Amino acid sequence: MAGGTRLENANPLIFQRSGERLHTANDEDEDVLDPIDDREIFDILHVQSINDPEHPLSLEELNVVEQMRVRVNDQQNTVGVEFTPTIPHCSMATLIGLSIKVKLLRSLPERFKIDVRITPGTHASEDAVNKQLADKERVAAALENSQLLEVVNQCLTSNARTV
Amino acid sequence: MKDTLALVQKLNAHPDSRCWYVAWNPNGMLLASCGGDRAIRIWGREGDSWECKTVLQDGHQRTVRKVAWSPCGNYLASASFDATTCIWKKKNDDFECLTVLEGHENEVKCVAWAPSGNLLATCSRDKSVWIWEVDEEDEYECVSVVNAHTQDVKHVVWHPTQELLASCSYDNNVCVYKEEDDDWECRATLEGHTSTVWGLSFDPSGQRLASCSDDRTVKIWKECNTGEGAYAGWKCVCTLSGFHGRTVYDVAWCPLTGALATACGDDGVRVFKEDETADPDQPIFFLSAHVPKAHAQDVNCIAWHPKEAGLLVSCSDNGEIALWNYQSENI
Repeated sequence: MAGGTRLENANPLIFQRSGERLHTANDEDEDVLDPIDDREIFDILHVQSINDPEHPLSLEELNVVEQMRVRVNDQQNTVGVEFTPTIPHCSMATLIGLSIKVKLLRSLPERFKIDVRITPGTHASEDAVNKQLADKERVAAALENSQLLEVVNQCLTSNARTV
Repeated sequence: MKDTLALVQKLNAHPDSRCWYVAWNPNGMLLASCGGDRAIRIWGREGDSWECKTVLQDGHQRTVRKVAWSPCGNYLASASFDATTCIWKKKNDDFECLTVLEGHENEVKCVAWAPSGNLLATCSRDKSVWIWEVDEEDEYECVSVVNAHTQDVKHVVWHPTQELLASCSYDNNVCVYKEEDDDWECRATLEGHTSTVWGLSFDPSGQRLASCSDDRTVKIWKECNTGEGAYAGWKCVCTLSGFHGRTVYDVAWCPLTGALATACGDDGVRVFKEDETADPDQPIFFLSAHVPKAHAQDVNCIAWHPKEAGLLVSCSDNGEIALWNYQSENI
């Protein structure tokens, strides 16, 4: 956001970040199959990796993405993420959703079907935003737009914040 | 299921990109493909296999979404996210860009030639459908702009014999257009799908239209004739639901056998057949053959060979083209 622009949500609630993933003995064992799980997806979207376009805070700290709203089925190659805009009229909802989708597209193996949706009941234009995010032709065309791609990449830069 | 769908060949057609669409030329000797790499590739048969003959690279600045051959086979039209449509003229084994059709405000999603070859239709995210007239000097003139949809228009297809055009959209509807007093008008709006309609295909007779959608169904629409000259429109006579796991991106009715094939976002290719004994006003389709992992990613397009019954081509988000041989006990 350019300086001086009025923020839509000037005082967002800030939430505690969850701790680091606990490592187990199996994690070190090369012979154990390590399927992609909810926590892994959450970690991809986690700590500083995606920033709210309005605030230099991670989506986790704004409670936009919670681990309980991430669903992975490694065997069926599906990933579903529900995100919660900070306010019901947030005009950035599509951009946040697009950034989450792009981050997952870039991070996960191609075999995964990625569905990014708004947490039911948390946004005024929920259906319209969900439909846009599910339309791969619109997403593909949007990502060919260099200005929009730059904004998405800004949301995905990891150095926007210092604790 | 005793009917089979056997893989003939896979081609890495648009490496590191998406293959959005494939189209056979009218005699089936050539196949054109297009994709996210902004290129169009022309494939031809060499002995038993299909090989790339030509790459058309300089026509478009962005994704080439669809390609269409003229009925005479001498021209190829390409629709692109760069808001233009290119017309290519075939010269021996090469193609030259004859003209660029401009006018749409943003992404052109589809292009289609009328059976006469004198008309061309394009559609776009700008919600409009444009009808272009082609004269003998290869000049293209826009004769009509129709705004019947309220959202981006995904696909346009002409009736196999008549000058009748159908389009489908992100607004969940299908529109059917006819010329009236030198102007093209939407004569019927087909409502029934509950999400984006991605593809359309007429049956060989042109009396029925299949539509496929993000709502994971395929619908069959039949023209209703009142016989009074008044245009009564189309009604849905069958819905194929429960077969597809994700968005159905394309549907193709085989002009030779009447089999119906679909391309799905669940990576599957399916062929349906009609129960010939059913009431024509209540047709019944059954799943005849299914390849669940036809491709490693979404299947975007499916097309029957125009001359060889059972030869089918599909293409995918992983840039691949696959050729299939469909065999049915009843063909």
